[in-house]
Amino acid sequence: MMKFMSGNEAVAYAMKQIDPDVMGAFPITPSTDIPEVFAGYVANGEVNTEYVAVESEHSSMSVCIAAQAAGGRAVSATSSCGLALMHELLYVAASARLPISLACVNRALTGPININHDYSDSMGSRDAGWIQIYAENNQEAYDNFIQAMPIGEAPEVRLPVMTCMDGFITSHAVENIELLETGAVKAFVGEYRPEHYLLKKENPLAIGPYDISAYYMEHKVQGAEAMKAAKARILKVAAEFEKVSGRRYGLFEAYRMEDADTAVVLMGSSAGTGKAAVDQLRGQGVKAGLIKIRVFRPFPGEELAQALAQTKAVAVMDKSEGFSANGGPVFAETRSALYDLKNRPYMVNIVYGLGGRDIRVEDFERVFSRLADIAASGETGPVYVHMGHRSQENQE
Amino acid sequence: MISAKDINEKTPWQELTPGGEIYEAGTARLYNTGTWRTDTPFFKQENCKHCMLCVPYCPDSSIPVKDGKRQDFVFMHCKGCGICAEICPFKAIEMTAGGEPK
Repeated sequence: MMKFMSGNEAVAYAMKQIDPDVMGAFPITPSTDIPEVFAGYVANGEVNTEYVAVESEHSSMSVCIAAQAAGGRAVSATSSCGLALMHELLYVAASARLPISLACVNRALTGPININHDYSDSMGSRDAGWIQIYAENNQEAYDNFIQAMPIGEAPEVRLPVMTCMDGFITSHAVENIELLETGAVKAFVGEYRPEHYLLKKENPLAIGPYDISAYYMEHKVQGAEAMKAAKARILKVAAEFEKVSGRRYGLFEAYRMEDADTAVVLMGSSAGTGKAAVDQLRGQGVKAGLIKIRVFRPFPGEELAQALAQTKAVAVMDKSEGFSANGGPVFAETRSALYDLKNRPYMVNIVYGLGGRDIRVEDFERVFSRLADIAASGETGPVYVHMGHRSQENQE
Repeated sequence: MISAKDINEKTPWQELTPGGEIYEAGTARLYNTGTWRTDTPFFKQENCKHCMLCVPYCPDSSIPVKDGKRQDFVFMHCKGCGICAEICPFKAIEMTAGGEPK
């Protein structure tokens, strides 16, 4: 069924089709539509969900943790400062191994205050032990949310899942998307049947107890192993999803990479613009390619290294500033992943698009032009640069 | 299902419960937290009228009662907070320095 929907509406609709037990949510731009639309479904009796209106995101994630621990399915949605306010609880959810599903509508973190898109919010949560899956467009935002529970709830995984989409660009732009039948969604997601839960009256249970140093590290190793196991599970769920939807997903999308000499690596909606640039360059005989990272946690390091092994020069494009003075977070992961290759491409990092700064096809063409120079000369020049900002050096 | 008494500081990560979940109640009984004490209450039985005021005031489970009679302290969970000595109307509890019972 084809429907005209914003990214937020699409995710709210996916939630309606899933009919989770509990939603704990607090409004924050640009994710507000998700709890707002979903609250409408609750008010109209279209879902059986207990909707808990809370006073903050710290509380919305606390509600989700309690509900999931009790044996229910809990969902939430947030953005930016909301995700930051959840930060402490994100770790609690992951370490208690509670497979909550959270729709994160990415927005720049305040300082200075800004409501537009970049990944500074979810990049701040990248080490919390959550699976992170990023969407390029509305269709992917819908599809990723439907895959979240089968991924996170698998016994070998048992981790919370954050599905991310670009604030405003994806959350508010309206596109025609293909929806699954509600029966098909329910069958795909299935029933949530945890082995242990607080409301299991036959068996008292304590969740999240104090962990002294003689045990804490073992529990962190468990989480790390679960994150490794998540990779295979994500691919298995994607294969199942393809059977019901006809749409194919992997850990990342390799676009025109078969014989690419130069490539960009990025996430989210910028991939659409990047693909347009790749197509133009291909038309001119330039062997350009693009990799769009879909799954950032677990990070597909080995698979990325393989996909980039035959390229000559690569630009990793970060839409968040990590303030490491050594490049953004996607660059750090990608460059590290390629270290084990015998022959590595040259690699640079371009930080762009902060706080909703636009990126155009011409910008990508400039990136590919620089990559062609690097491939020809063997000289990378400055490895970590910003693009699209005003500077005395680029005043025309 | 692994029980708390079968988990100890030699258990490998593969055999621990996910996230440290505990599948039974009352496992604090297995864990001695009385080692943190720097002061220790001393029960002066001759002054005690068994009024039972100290029992609910104890923030832990260190004052057992049997047949309506207050028994001597059980120190496994006593933190030496001194609330019992403070609340006792009959000077039947005295705080002594150090973690060891007098």
